Amino acid sequence: MTVSLTLENVSAHYGSTKVLEDLNLRVEEGELVSLLGASGCGKTTTLRLVAGFLSPTSGTIRLGERDLTRLPAHARNIGLVFQTYALFPHLTVLDNVAFGLKQRGMAGKERRAKAIEMIDRVGLAGFADRYPANLSGGQRQRVALARALVIEPPLLMFDEPLSNLDAKLRVDMRVEIRRLQRANGTTALYVTHDQEEAFSISDRVAIMNAGRIMQLDAPEVLYSRPANTFVADFVGFENMIAMKAVMEAGDAVRAEMAGGATLDLPKSHFAVPARNFIFAARAEGLQVAREGAGIPARLGLRTYLGRAYQYRCETAAGEVVANGPLSDPLEPGSHVVLVPQPDQCCLLKAETP
Amino acid sequence: MNDRIHPLLIAFAALTFLFLIGPLVIIIGTALSDTSFLTFPPQGLSLRWFENIFEISAFRRTMMTSFTLAVGGTIVSLIIGVPAAYALARYRVELPKFLANVYVLPILVPEIVLGFSLMKSVATGMGFSIWLSLLIGHALLVLPYCVRVTGASLNAFDFSIEEAAVSLGCPRWKAFFSVVLPNVRAGVIAAFILAFITSINDVSISIFLTGPGISTLPIQLLAHMEQFFDPTIAAVSVLLMGVTVAVMAVVEWTLGLTFLTK
Repeated sequence: MTVSLTLENVSAHYGSTKVLEDLNLRVEEGELVSLLGASGCGKTTTLRLVAGFLSPTSGTIRLGERDLTRLPAHARNIGLVFQTYALFPHLTVLDNVAFGLKQRGMAGKERRAKAIEMIDRVGLAGFADRYPANLSGGQRQRVALARALVIEPPLLMFDEPLSNLDAKLRVDMRVEIRRLQRANGTTALYVTHDQEEAFSISDRVAIMNAGRIMQLDAPEVLYSRPANTFVADFVGFENMIAMKAVMEAGDAVRAEMAGGATLDLPKSHFAVPARNFIFAARAEGLQVAREGAGIPARLGLRTYLGRAYQYRCETAAGEVVANGPLSDPLEPGSHVVLVPQPDQCCLLKAETP
Repeated sequence: MNDRIHPLLIAFAALTFLFLIGPLVIIIGTALSDTSFLTFPPQGLSLRWFENIFEISAFRRTMMTSFTLAVGGTIVSLIIGVPAAYALARYRVELPKFLANVYVLPILVPEIVLGFSLMKSVATGMGFSIWLSLLIGHALLVLPYCVRVTGASLNAFDFSIEEAAVSLGCPRWKAFFSVVLPNVRAGVIAAFILAFITSINDVSISIFLTGPGISTLPIQLLAHMEQFFDPTIAAVSVLLMGVTVAVMAVVEWTLGLTFLTK
């Protein structure tokens, strides 16, 4: 059974603090959506509202056709995986996994068989009689995963499940989570502050800030076409230069920036959103060149990145970072041009602060 | 690296032990003395003062009273204290800070004041029976231990575990008994033992609340001492020590003593 999760106009206020403001989110059937953001952005609050540990001030939460908003947490039938694993320390792996089945009144023998099968599926065959204290972090999270999956919930939720694991294990486990979620076709909501983690396993990612979703899109779209400066900054567009469209120049738009320098933006790659706009570029989106069409700059500090050199550059519009080829190291103080690489740049609406 | 222990440190440790163990040795010696007055070292060896405890009906009676009072008072206190400690730990962010201190008040208020005010309010004011007044007094006396000791366990408890149980379909009240309580068991047992020992040793509160026909063992000891200055008192003390050692031995045997100190 796969269902969708819908949050409609959900707000959560604590006293005068508005943790969530009019949040709308739909996770489609079998889809994995991540909530990504810094701590305090409201991502965990959203998850806890869906789980039923918090009540929204207003709004509706639905799982398929079922209205969850006023349903007590234990009746929601949602599989949860916690950052701290939250295994029952006084129970064996088997009893941990069978706990949810026991609550559903399943008979002992059937319960045991089902739990053992799930323990095998998460790769812990032979560990059924161990206690959580005798397992490694990765093994514990596998038990937590098995415990959440065995009740066959229509919705799985993950609250920073990999934060307590070391780097290599994190990569293995996220692949494992994605594999099991795909295999069961379970709808999933995944909360994390780690961009790489969110982008690597999600169908879509919601980037959150101050209780609002700034953009909800496929990772590829977020990465290359952020909708606003917040998202652009979040996904690594280090340079934001305010520009003004001044005239058409053939199949390009000529834009002027502070200090009077101009840049021709080919229409084939850039759609100018308004007369005043922001030109956003990653460091690799501005290539340092001795000459050509680009933004004039004076080089500052050079650092070595392995695949390129990175320069701090002074332009009339402020300081920017740009990359240059390894074949041509340049000295600080050199006068160069920064040539935009269209696939690492984008244009954004100027936001009134 | 100098592994040698300073001789002064050894001397200091030895003195500390002497002060801790010495009185106990003296009490045991006194209790075994064949004389009809308290003396140490014992003159002659005899168990007759131990027999004497059980021959005096007042001791037999008050021993039972003290025991039932300690068990009853502790149970009442745990029934109030464990949920309070749970709420204080679970909602430590939401609840005002001073609330945790309210439960320690019975320790902060001088016991003699607590005893007197209980007498005025509960015993004479509300007209409760002596037994009920004593039960209320002892429950109140040990409440701080119940709240603080179980609270220490609960503060170390990861409440995500409870939420995990709820998310798996277990109602919250049931999750408390099936998931929370088994994991703070050590704290509850430690609280029980501390409370039991505190209650059974109490004089200050009991002295105000005991009355005609009902007394506790420590009060009876005082009364006995006013009339007879014989080794019975020492024998009772040894007996109480024995009970404490027995309780500790059971704890050590079932749980390991380290859990009391962690």
